[in-house]
Amino acid sequence: MKVLKILIFFIICINLNNFTYAKDPSDLINGIVDEAASILSSEDPVESKIIKLNAIAERSVDINGIGLYTLGKYRKIINEEQKSKYQKLFRSYFLKSFSSRLVDYTNPRINVVSQKKINDKYTIVNSILEATSKRPQVKIDWRIYTKNPERPLIRDLIVEGLSLARTQKEEFNSIIQNNDGDINALFKTLEEFLIK
Amino acid sequence: MKKLLSVLSILIFSFINNLAYAGDDGKIDISKKNNGYVEAKDCFETVNRGIFAFNQVIDKVVFKPLAKGYIIFPQPIRSGTSNALANLSNVVTVPNNVLQGQFKDAGVNSARFIINSTLGIAGIFDVASYYGLKKRDSEDYGQTLGVWGAGTGCYFVLPVLGPTTVRDSIGSVINLIGGDAWYNVTVVNDTQYFSEADYYMSRVLDGIDFRAKNLESFDSLEKSSVDLYASVRSLYLQDRYRKIQNIDETTDTLSDDDWEELDSQ
Repeated sequence: MKVLKILIFFIICINLNNFTYAKDPSDLINGIVDEAASILSSEDPVESKIIKLNAIAERSVDINGIGLYTLGKYRKIINEEQKSKYQKLFRSYFLKSFSSRLVDYTNPRINVVSQKKINDKYTIVNSILEATSKRPQVKIDWRIYTKNPERPLIRDLIVEGLSLARTQKEEFNSIIQNNDGDINALFKTLEEFLIK
Repeated sequence: MKKLLSVLSILIFSFINNLAYAGDDGKIDISKKNNGYVEAKDCFETVNRGIFAFNQVIDKVVFKPLAKGYIIFPQPIRSGTSNALANLSNVVTVPNNVLQGQFKDAGVNSARFIINSTLGIAGIFDVASYYGLKKRDSEDYGQTLGVWGAGTGCYFVLPVLGPTTVRDSIGSVINLIGGDAWYNVTVVNDTQYFSEADYYMSRVLDGIDFRAKNLESFDSLEKSSVDLYASVRSLYLQDRYRKIQNIDETTDTLSDDDWEELDSQ
């Protein structure tokens, strides 16, 4: 009987641990936007801002998924060693590119306006980057991967209807194709970008 | 005129075949279908990259400094200029609305043009929006050809003017042979009210206005891109596809099946 009680207690504990709520994709974006805005408007030095922004990206963006997507057809023909090297390089490239794009903005104001579930795996969150005296307002849609509803991840940013992931994919594919399908050319380009 | 006809016939030939053999370096073959999204073939990539590099220099020396100067003007002046240029573009949008069967849009855009040209003082003030006639997407002959089912043809880059496709170039030629009322009253007929200079001034202002609105995004793209030429090509083609399909909301990444294959969770 004692063993049974311990077993039941153990099962309840496991279930309690596993019982987590599905996260709303709009909440994810609102949270990221608020956090990024507070980092960008702070008096922190640029290096500190970059570290904090990268932490947000690591937590909420499906960097591996985007990396594989941007390889396009080459994803299927490279070997495991090349794939592993690529994913490391892409992660560093993505984070550098992400933070360098954002760090110039002092206080971007983004408002989530709606969201639309496409299927079980994807939800599109629609938002507006408010206009400033220098530029008009910009429509930004976030493609959220929701296969694991407890941990939704960003897979794409669609700015005024233009997909950044697709642009990246065509950019990488152009580099590989212009080097006779040699993936090493892309590795070299990414390495050069990282040491710039 | 003979030269124009020659250029036109070459464009049409290339357009119909959807292929260009001369100068095709054969490296880029991106003319594949992805659930309706057809990418253009970059037939003259080597030459295009050269022209793109030239355009980059022109941009750095001329357009970017002009755009930076332009944004110093107070917001109402820039908005007024932008409104006036958008109002002028209605003379191309309205016939294209009709050609694409968008009769309601044609009516709204015509009304907007009349109200804004008069009450809005040559389009400087968007009075029509105040009366509930909200601004609609602009349309051009390249988009109409796309809606009618014409393929994109080769992608190429024009000096100063930038990226285009054979289909979009034919659209631009249609403007020059009577499709653009603003061009007709300024350059072709040269009425006593308008001169050629007015047309070219409006085109230059349009370019500067566009560049000024995109100063931040262009800088950001340049900074993070590893192949700027390919990025610009991709963005241009995505934009044209979206405009031809009249896609207002994002429901997919341009019907790209690749996403469906990737399971990382």
